[in-house]
Amino acid sequence: MFSDLLEETLFSLSANKSRSVLTILGIVIGIASVIAMISVGQGASKGITDRIESLGTNLLVVMPGSQRQAGNIVRGGAGSSQTLILADAEAIKAGITDINAVAPTVSARKQVTVKGQNTNTSIYGIETSYFGIKSLEMELGTPITAQQLTSRSKVAILGPTTRDDLFGAGANPVGQKIRIAGQEFSVIGVTVAKGGTGMGSSDDLIYIPLSTAQQYVTGNQSISNINIQVSSADLMTFVQEQIQILLLERHRIVDATKADFSIMNQADMLTTMSSVGDTMTMLLAAIAGISLVVGGIGIMNMMLTTVTERTREIGLRKSLGANSNDISSQFLAESIALTFIGGIIGIVVGWLAAIAITKLSGTTTVMTTWSILLSVGISTLIGVVFGYYPARRAAKLDPIEALRYQ
Amino acid sequence: MMIKCKNISRTYQLGGDEFHVLKNINFEIEKGEFVAIIGPSGSGKSTLMNILGALDRPTKGTYLLDGKNVFDMNDEDMAQIRSQKIGFVFQSFNLLPRSTVLRNVMVPLIYNNKISKSTREEKAKKALRAVGLDEDRWTHLSNQLSGGQMQRVAIARALVNDPGIILADEPTGNLDSKTGAIVLETFKQLNEKDGHTLILITHDKNVAEHAHRIIEIKDGEIISDKQHKHL
Repeated sequence: MFSDLLEETLFSLSANKSRSVLTILGIVIGIASVIAMISVGQGASKGITDRIESLGTNLLVVMPGSQRQAGNIVRGGAGSSQTLILADAEAIKAGITDINAVAPTVSARKQVTVKGQNTNTSIYGIETSYFGIKSLEMELGTPITAQQLTSRSKVAILGPTTRDDLFGAGANPVGQKIRIAGQEFSVIGVTVAKGGTGMGSSDDLIYIPLSTAQQYVTGNQSISNINIQVSSADLMTFVQEQIQILLLERHRIVDATKADFSIMNQADMLTTMSSVGDTMTMLLAAIAGISLVVGGIGIMNMMLTTVTERTREIGLRKSLGANSNDISSQFLAESIALTFIGGIIGIVVGWLAAIAITKLSGTTTVMTTWSILLSVGISTLIGVVFGYYPARRAAKLDPIEALRYQ
Repeated sequence: MMIKCKNISRTYQLGGDEFHVLKNINFEIEKGEFVAIIGPSGSGKSTLMNILGALDRPTKGTYLLDGKNVFDMNDEDMAQIRSQKIGFVFQSFNLLPRSTVLRNVMVPLIYNNKISKSTREEKAKKALRAVGLDEDRWTHLSNQLSGGQMQRVAIARALVNDPGIILADEPTGNLDSKTGAIVLETFKQLNEKDGHTLILITHDKNVAEHAHRIIEIKDGEIISDKQHKHL
């Protein structure tokens, strides 16, 4: 029975070639735009997650949080308080297993001047472990050494953007003097550009030894955050809990909801950002989906015309013993065949379009199996939905009336 | 008894008025008979054919086909009756254009789930042989044939399921008298040689002459029912 249906379907579709081709074209455009838009959206969210991953792998960041005092409803912004100290970082290093490295940092925004040039930039006080965790590499000069840390040396490493601002693009500032918050520092190196702008950019800042920063720049013992690299991705949550327990104990806080610090998990950040990306993908797909609906209406229009044209044939088939299911499945098969063929061609066209978008605009596009399966599913569903009404109409025709139809 | 019509009436509602197209029709047809139902246009003979062919139900009365009452059937059962017990031949042939002769003859077999796919072609060829259509025409498209050939293809299509009854509605109405005679001869052969039950609906007395029994109908009533020739 199925092979009969297929044979009849292909036969009647090829009987009206130009009409079938035009109807299929509507579905092709719809499916192709859905495929292309999803791949653009997926490409964009992959770009975002790649950037987060480039900040370092398996990273936990402990930040000072606001502590709400009993009876005090005013709450400061996260990171504004000075509840973390270097000893917390030392305790984590000593007390928690399954971590590769701990890198406390101190940061502040200060005015930096060099012979008349000046800029306002972030000053990062770091330890030697920071370079490994953030996979920072040197373009010029050497990284900060343990010896410079203990002796509180006034040395500075510039981010490439800061170097460009202060000394001119591509200059070699190693050995030059700069003034940060009134103190003179000598430049010992420049980092390799990591890209990225705005928050989290590691190109527009100055690194100095952490001990130096506490003494000359911030003037107190608090630290801004602690970066912790966990040894494996599976242990992220476990280590996060361990650190939570350790710090609560150290800060003598019983109620975890009143913690004066917060631990940010890179995985959580990734989840948040990729859900943003997914929402964007869905939005793009929904817009493209409109053209798919238009294509579906085209299918319905063609099927209704076909049913009217073939009224006599339907009457004849009924008189020869076809029941209403035979008739409706014949017309339903035709509309599903149209959308299925359109879907397959649409996937190929959409895929080519995604490649063209990458070539022409440089935007990353990502083709996924699920977007292909989704499109095939949707196009077949459209065949069923928009073919159902014409098929029922054909099946319900009265054979006597249909045979008399001119 | 193949067909038994008892007090059959058919009424149409049209704009509030009732039209009594068939009034109290009674007759029986036995297996192997060749019956002509004759009457002028508007006499109700087409409505009677629709009822006999299980395309329509009587408003009142019983129509027994092989002992089953068609009045009680739903649409699906009626489709099955048409598929297995009835072969239609129409005035305007109603072949599928752009399809070959063989394919046209095989259409009823698609809807008969009692026949396996492998035997379809064999059955179609047998039916085409029975109506005497030249073998070299079988692969032609149906719209490349002459009227007489088309009607014989249509008869082969009606035969292909081995139905109990062949219902022909003005089968010679679109043919000239010479090809009409060939078609009528084909019917006669099918009845006399192969024993098919034939019901021929016509307004033409000369066509009706070929049958063995003539039922005359006028204004929805049977006005005469007589044996025409001895079997």
